Order: sequence, then C-alpha cells, then structure tokens
Amino acid sequence: MSAAREAILAAVRSATAGATAPEPVARTYRSAGERSQRERIDLLGERLIDYRATVRRVGAAQLGETLEELAPGRIGIPRGLPLEWRPAGAVEDDGLGAHELDALDGVLTGCTVAIAETGTLVLSGGPAEGRRALTLVPDLHVCVVAAEQVVETVPEAFAALSDSALRPLTFVSGPSATSDIELKRVEGVHGPRRLVVVIVEEE
Amino acid sequence: MTSFPDAARVALGDTQLRHNLRNATATIRDKRARVVAEVPDWEELRNAGQAIKADVMQRLDEYLLQFEASVQAAGGLVHWARDAAEANAIVLDVARSHGATEVVKVKSLTTDEIELNDALAAGGVHAIETDFAELILQLDGDWSSHILVPAIHRNRSEIRDLFLRTIAVGKDLSDDPHELAETARVYLREKFLNAKVGVSGANFGVAETGTVVVVESEGNGRMCTTLPPVLVTVVGIEKLVPTFADLEVFLQLLPRSSTGERMNPYTSLWTGVAEGDGPQEFHVVLLDNGRTRVLADRVGRQALHCIRCSACLNVCPVYSRTGGHAYGSVYPGPIGAILTPQLVGVENAKSLPYASTLCGACYEVCPVKIDIPAVLLHLRAEVVRKVGSTPERVVMRGLARVFGHARLYQWAQRCARVVQRPARRLPGPLATWTRTRDLKPVPKETFREWWSRERGA
Repeated sequence: MSAAREAILAAVRSATAGATAPEPVARTYRSAGERSQRERIDLLGERLIDYRATVRRVGAAQLGETLEELAPGRIGIPRGLPLEWRPAGAVEDDGLGAHELDALDGVLTGCTVAIAETGTLVLSGGPAEGRRALTLVPDLHVCVVAAEQVVETVPEAFAALSDSALRPLTFVSGPSATSDIELKRVEGVHGPRRLVVVIVEEE
Repeated sequence: MTSFPDAARVALGDTQLRHNLRNATATIRDKRARVVAEVPDWEELRNAGQAIKADVMQRLDEYLLQFEASVQAAGGLVHWARDAAEANAIVLDVARSHGATEVVKVKSLTTDEIELNDALAAGGVHAIETDFAELILQLDGDWSSHILVPAIHRNRSEIRDLFLRTIAVGKDLSDDPHELAETARVYLREKFLNAKVGVSGANFGVAETGTVVVVESEGNGRMCTTLPPVLVTVVGIEKLVPTFADLEVFLQLLPRSSTGERMNPYTSLWTGVAEGDGPQEFHVVLLDNGRTRVLADRVGRQALHCIRCSACLNVCPVYSRTGGHAYGSVYPGPIGAILTPQLVGVENAKSLPYASTLCGACYEVCPVKIDIPAVLLHLRAEVVRKVGSTPERVVMRGLARVFGHARLYQWAQRCARVVQRPARRLPGPLATWTRTRDLKPVPKETFREWWSRERGA
C-alpha cells in the first residue's frame, strides 16, 4: 500500500503508544421517550410547522384525495409508491435525468421513520422513497408519514435504522434554508423550497 | 503569520464589523441556549460525546483501518494524504481523470485548511463553492470570518452589489434576502445539474460501516454529494466515530450547539457506492496534515475532539469583538486558538494561545467538553519553552529571584514606594501594561512593618 498510509498509521501508533485503555463509554442519555403515539404525532407536527413546513393530518380513507389536492401537476414518484397514493399527474422515476427531474412540479414519497423531538423525516431509499436525487431536485416535496413510523427521540430512530445503515440516508428537517444574509432565515435555496408532510392516523 | 494583537487592532477599528458580529454572536448564542435548555439529558450527551471521542483518539489506528476496509467493501476508494500537497494532488488527479474543468464543492473547513481551491485552480480546475456564504466570499476574493456563517461581516447591500458585478450582471436586483438567495439558486442550479465531479468534506466517518456524514442547511451539500457521477470526500483522520449508533449522540449535540436548531434541515449519510442512486465512483481522502502531531500531545489532543459547531466562537468575549480574521487561520475563535498553533507548530502561531481571557465560557458550551482554557495554558507554557528568551522572561526571572529572598523582597518593597510616586506608568516595553490599566498603588506600610511597629521586638 501507499507510503502515506504506512506513515500516517505509524505516526498514529507512536502518538498513542503506552497509554491506558480508554474508559468505556457510559450511555446514560435517554434512549426511548415517554410520549404516547398521539402525543408524538402532535409534537412532530409542531416541530415541522416551526421549520415552516406544511403539515396535514388525515385518516387513511382521505389520504388519496388529500394527496391529489396537495400534489398537483407533474409529480415524480418512486416506482414502489403504493398505487392508492398516486395522484393524477404521477410520473414514475425510471431513471429520469437531472434536467427532467428539474422540470417536475414536485415529488411524492413515503419515509422510513420520523423523529418527533427534532421534527425530522428520514428517507432510506426504500421502494416508496426512491433515490436521493428524486427528493432533492424538484421544488416541492410531499412526504407521507404513517402514525406508527413516528418515534420520539433520535436514538429510537437510529435503532429503527440499524438495518438500513449501509443504504443512502437523508434526514430532512423542514424545507431547505439559509441564514447567511444578516442571519435572516430564507426558506429554499437548493433543496425543495416547500415541504408538505401528510401524517396518516388511525380513524 | 501576523500576530493576533496586530490583526485584532484592525478588526477592532471596523465599526460595521463589530456591529455585525455583536448581532450575530448574540443571536446564535441565545438560540443555542433555548434549544439546549429543552434537552433534559444534555449533560449525559456531552459526557458520551467526550468519551466516544477520547476512545477514537486512543484507538485511532484500529478505527482508520476499519473505516478503510468498510469503505472499500461498499465500493469506495480510499486514499491517504500526509499533508495538504498530497491531498490536493489526489483530488486534482480524480478531477482530471474525468476531464473535469469545474467541480462543485460543499463548504468544508478541511478543504479550506489545505487550500484545495488554489491547488485545483493551479491545475486548471475551477472549484465552485456552493454554500451561499462561501459563494459570496469566493466571488469577492474574501475569506471566512465565522465557521458557521462565514460572510457574517457582509450586509445585504454589499451582497447585492457583489452579485450585480458577478453573477447577475445587468439584472434588476433588490437587496431582499429572498431575491439574493434566488439569484444564487438560479446560478448554481445549472452548475449542479451539469457537474461531473463533486467535492466535499465530512462531519463524521463511521469506522464500523464506512458511512460518511455531511450536515448542512441549504441543500447544496445534497446536490454536490448526489448529482455528480463522481464524488471525492476529504476527511480529517480525527473525524471518525466507532459505530453507526454513535451518530445518535453527535446528531443531537451538533445542530443545537451550532445553529441553535433542534435539527439542521438536511443531513446526508452514504456508504460507498449505492447502485442506481448517486455517484457511482466515490473517493475518500484521509488527511493527516499535522493531526498526528496534535495527537501525540496528551493535553492538546482534545482539540481533535472538535465537531466544528462554533458555539465557542459565539460565547467568546474576544472573538465577538475581533471576529475571525484576526486569528489568521481557517479555524478562528477559542478552538482555533488551541488548534492552529498545534497544527502549524506553536513557534509559528505564538500569539494565539494568548488570544483569550481564560473566562471559560467556551468550555461550558462545548458539546464534547473540550477544556479549552486548560489547553490554552498548556500551549502558553509551550510557547515560553520553545520561543526562548524574551523580555517578559527576563522580567519574570528577576521577579522570581526577588520573591525568593526575604531581604531582597523587603528592599524591593521600599524601593517601589519611593519610585511609584513620580511613575504612574511603567517605563519602556512595560508601558504596554499600564497603557490600559492603572498601576496599583503600593501601600504606605507593609504588614510586616506594621507588625514590627505595633507588636514589635
């Protein structure tokens, strides 16, 4: 292997030689939360609105018509998106080019897990989530969250993601934003400028 | 480099800069305090973060090898670079091998540290900074003054004028931040959609899985790491964490400490190459560039624990007045004052360990509990040891002698009483001390004199 590799490893070893073994890491922080499902959903909604996302809570029966209303125009969808979610203008992503993605009006996907405390949606490239570029280039992202996907804390989300660790993951907490001009928050720079979250609850 | 006091003097005379800085640091400081207060186990998270980083440093060779193997197993290519020149050559080589004359780049302190953009330019490749603030600085040939909000020393009208001169020539543009952001969006979108090569840094690398993490707000990070078919990521060797689950600690600590948000808008995690999703050629460059030297110092090593949140800048009474430029390095503020001298050698940055009042606010807000004041003191001792005889040292030696001998001390006290009356200010080089301070009056009578007069012999 390269000389640089050997030199760096040797320097690391000489720098750390003779030291005592490190203390085991004490994980005394909270792993699970204590809220009920209803409270978790309330909190998730609150936090997302704080980021200026749009939040809708619907029963499973109204999901189709809600998505029809919230995702108008030519809407990109991953190939595994459930048939009953697909709006009239659905365009299946069969490897659309970057410029074709740019020409879409929006994108509609599901997610893997949602974190209530931080108002975060996690996408892991599953069948209903699609590849990363799909949820990045279009200007509107409509994301469907099932009630049972909502966890309270970040550690709970990582536990739920342990099988997806090797897949590309995207944590989305609100629409794209910058505060670079005099610290004034502006939504929408490069990612979707509008994030719409539809939470599906039991009737 | 210019000494801190000299560089700071210029900054302190700039009232606009001081106004912007005061505003920015106070705003972010308050936001951070609010969102940290709502986390009941914040101290436990800090302790875990500190312990994980200490473990990484202690077993860094194992974690580096594990990370290398994991990235390779996932289809990525791993390079090692001892210094800036080696790292830059690797990135340039990748860009050239794909015939790229432009690369899109995510804001990264590590690539600023190695001056990658200049090296690429010298090799005929233009690196486009895509973070909004970095773009502003790049267009103006300026450089960052704050880790998190690099263009904080610029106001909206300056940005508007800059855009009219560069990327929006002849356009009708107001100084409304929405319009300015839209201008950058339109300009950069074409760059993203057509880029062949993306370049990024990394906030974390996971040894267990080979996963790389980029934390950001605007979406430019997602663009650069997703759309180009080729991606090169430069990672400082200290950025590793042992396991995927360790991220649950740092992704709680970092956003709240950094922007004062519960979570930043976008965090991207990827492992090697994913079929049909994102870049199909992925390079990681593991960078030393002085880090192993820092690692060898048992006290100073903790500077490598830094997760670049910038919380210490915002609470620092020195930084919030001088701004980042005075620190003469890409790493400003308290963390820069302990990291830069160690990376480049204390003899090359000997004024930085003194760029602090040792108030300790930086230590209190640090999400991984780096004891910055302790390292500052340690480095001050190093400066004295390495830099050799200075007037200060001569004075201190003399004082030590006086304090070490009772008769000499008593004689000095009597002399001081006589001398102090005409001398309100100290003479010669010592005048620096009295220029901004009053010389403390010597008491008319010492305790010993009083004792011997009242209860004496």
